[in-house]
Amino acid sequence: MEKKNIMDAPVLYDEQNTFRGVMKRLFRENKLAILSLVIIAIFVIGAVFAPWLTPYGYEDIDPINRLSGLSKEHPLGADELGRDVLTRLLYGSRISLLVGIVPTIISMLAGAVLGIVAGYMGGRVDSVIMRLADIMLAFPSMLLAMVIMYTLGDGIINIFLALALVNWASVARIVRAETLKLREAEFVEAARSIGVSNFKIMWRHIMPNCIPSMIVLFTLNIPSAILSESSLSFLGLGIEKPMASWGMMVNIGRQYLYNNPELSLVPSIAIMLIVLAFNFLGDGLRDVLDPHLKKQ
Amino acid sequence: MEKMTLQVNDLCTSFFTDKGEIKAVNHVSFDVPKRSIIGIVGESGCGKSMTARSVMRLLKYPGKIVSGSIAIEDKELTALTEAEMSNVRGEEISMIFQEPMTSLNPVMKVGKQVQEVVLLHRKVTKQEAKKEVIRIFEKVGISEPEKRYECYPHELSGGLRQRVMIAMAMICRPKLLIADEPTTALDVTVEAQILELMKNLRDEIGTSIILISHNLGVVAELCDYVHVMYAGRIVEQAETFELFDNPKHPYTIGLMNAVDSLEKKQGVLDTIPGTVPNLLDLPEGCSFEPRCGKRCEKCVECVPELHEIAPGHLVRCHACGQEV
Amino acid sequence: MQDNTLIKVQDLSVEFPLSSKKKVHAVSDVSLEVKEHEVLALVGESGCGKSTLGKAMIQLIKPTAGEVSFKDAVITNMPAKAFRDYRRQMQIVFQDPYASLDPRMSVRDIIAEPLETYNVCATPKETTERVVELLEAVGLSADHLYRYAHQFSGGQRQRIGIARAIALNPSFIVCDEPVSALDVSVQNQILNLLKDLQERFGLTYLFISHDLSVVRFIANRVCVMFLGKLCELGDTETIYTNPLHPYTRFLLDAIPKADPHRRRKERMLLSGELPSPVDPPSGCRFHTRCPYATEKCRTQEPEMKPVEGRMVACHLYAE
Repeated sequence: MEKKNIMDAPVLYDEQNTFRGVMKRLFRENKLAILSLVIIAIFVIGAVFAPWLTPYGYEDIDPINRLSGLSKEHPLGADELGRDVLTRLLYGSRISLLVGIVPTIISMLAGAVLGIVAGYMGGRVDSVIMRLADIMLAFPSMLLAMVIMYTLGDGIINIFLALALVNWASVARIVRAETLKLREAEFVEAARSIGVSNFKIMWRHIMPNCIPSMIVLFTLNIPSAILSESSLSFLGLGIEKPMASWGMMVNIGRQYLYNNPELSLVPSIAIMLIVLAFNFLGDGLRDVLDPHLKKQ
Repeated sequence: MEKMTLQVNDLCTSFFTDKGEIKAVNHVSFDVPKRSIIGIVGESGCGKSMTARSVMRLLKYPGKIVSGSIAIEDKELTALTEAEMSNVRGEEISMIFQEPMTSLNPVMKVGKQVQEVVLLHRKVTKQEAKKEVIRIFEKVGISEPEKRYECYPHELSGGLRQRVMIAMAMICRPKLLIADEPTTALDVTVEAQILELMKNLRDEIGTSIILISHNLGVVAELCDYVHVMYAGRIVEQAETFELFDNPKHPYTIGLMNAVDSLEKKQGVLDTIPGTVPNLLDLPEGCSFEPRCGKRCEKCVECVPELHEIAPGHLVRCHACGQEV
Repeated sequence: MQDNTLIKVQDLSVEFPLSSKKKVHAVSDVSLEVKEHEVLALVGESGCGKSTLGKAMIQLIKPTAGEVSFKDAVITNMPAKAFRDYRRQMQIVFQDPYASLDPRMSVRDIIAEPLETYNVCATPKETTERVVELLEAVGLSADHLYRYAHQFSGGQRQRIGIARAIALNPSFIVCDEPVSALDVSVQNQILNLLKDLQERFGLTYLFISHDLSVVRFIANRVCVMFLGKLCELGDTETIYTNPLHPYTRFLLDAIPKADPHRRRKERMLLSGELPSPVDPPSGCRFHTRCPYATEKCRTQEPEMKPVEGRMVACHLYAE
């Protein structure tokens, strides 16, 4: 009892970056981020349970009600072939969320590995990796994605590849900067003084300390991937028809903008909502995870 | 009777965090007589810096002055608006910090930074202000003041930067200078120079100084009065010679033994067992009780009052007899 | 006298390039020996190269010139594989107990890291048991195993750092300002612990400090450094009671005494500024600040010579 009392430290700032701790702080400090989380959850539920939420399939056509506007049968209208817009929106969110998340994960992993290796090893390895990244960043990313889609053809896997290839460089840059800071940290020097191998130092010391900034980067990269897919689909370079994607829906609706604005408007609003939600969530997480940015 | 430069009465400052209220400064009262140097000593987290920041009203969120009064000559600082307070800062009270690098703007010449302070508080032309700056640079012992005027902070050594900070603090001849660990980041030989400089400034300009330090040696060297703080409270206060000759509070004695034993040849150094208590969860009684060798039942029950055991010598301890 | 030398440093220099022409002369031609089971204190002001020298001795920094030998083997430029056996015999305790522990690792993982790196224990369970032993050796307990560094006070973190350093039973530990970030009362606890461990395990320390007052208790010998050069090296009591090099005298005099009766009437103040290690002064590096400097000091570099039972590099004691 006595001894314990002596050794117990005054713990003032032990708020840990565990999942629960982060969520608690997020809830307390940033209601907007929580609202964003709810919106994202609604879209995810919509995407997963789409077949049970609507009586139609995304290819089902209803020629009588084509371009009928908002109605009881089609709460958000029906398109030029009489396909239900709400249904297509729900199925489209599958594509948008997948396209937001999968290429982002791929580019995050690739960027993180390359960034950590470049930052930690330095020298020639660093130069080669970072010059490659510079080349990627110097290229207009949309153009690059379009070229890739042209050569590879339509299809969701190709979209994943194109977007991952476009995004890894910026991730690598940020992770490298973080690594350069961590490399000089005393605890890394301590590991070296023990004789821990370079690989283990990167894996056990540098990577875990990069995770908070990577989570933030992740939530901020998702909306840009969603937007890129929408733009590609809008340009007719994306998902294979007749699959639904929000960008493609905006593109189709363009021709009927005057009489049936809902065809473009509904998917546009969906894109805007999800992009904003991810952005706000990312901002909120950054405030919570990075103590230096804590507001007064 | 000599007048006081600063009177702090029953000051309480708290930080309102998610975990609860942290009482960083707990019913602290002290006076700073004119032309005197008073020292506040204690270990990290004892509230000495927060006391200083409260006087400057420079508390960081979520800190707040809860109660008490701070008066500089007859002006009550807690009642001032933020705008009035910023006039007081620099003009009547100024402060220097431990790390002079972070207190200076890295992309601005140091001379310009000091000149700005002059222009802010005095109605003078830029030429006159520059002359004033060079004069104060000389006074604080900066060699080649014209050349240093054009330097950026990173071109100066730690000691010179601290001199620039002191110049900036002293240029309006404030009534009170608060020095928060001014020499902790400096080497001993530079520390000796800076302490000498502070003493000279007091003697020549007549500014009162509050010196905050964890180093008993620095305090013994410079101060007229010393206040020892522990866990947000003043536990002992006395005139310097009286305190060092006759320490009464077990914490003060422990600190002094710890320092003294470094000089003696002995097998084991004296320490104070344990660590500083958690300010969120202070003991009900005396906050030093868990580490104290002289504790009794009374210490667990209630916080002792500061009481006078000799003229001007106050102690907050149940074991230090009121019999005197 | 030669046979019990543990580490020998011969004409060691460390330089850091600033640009193609300029470089920082952090350590210049330093030679010294650390004997087995002794505590050698390395004292000097910030920027004098003491940490660099300490880190170069255990090969954390590559020296530019000179060599370091450890128990008869020259470890400078040794191939990495062969050096592994020496690496584990040399450890370091860092100054900043906040920065030297990985914030994302539990105490158990931090202390287990050296054990796992050299496969000291057969099973994770054995490793944990060893970690508990180490925690107890530094005054912590098994209750602290799964906590994170930020849940501890500075003194406790330093204990964790020490446990990590002694985990592999090293023979030589560089203590790089281990107590300068700590409060007075805690500082003494850590000093007691370091001394206790040194006696119990027969360790050898290079104790780096900017504070001469801390050194007296722990060190057998003291070595004073100024701007990458050694000034004075001798037994602790000799140096404290009768310092010869002017710089050592300034250092000792500048320590503020915790006794107002010993306030100095007249301070011995060093004049001028610390010269830059990029462009160190010619001759004796201290001559720009030394009140006794002569023409000889400006041109000719003093050698370390035995004077009154210690080594001094100063022309004042030429004959």
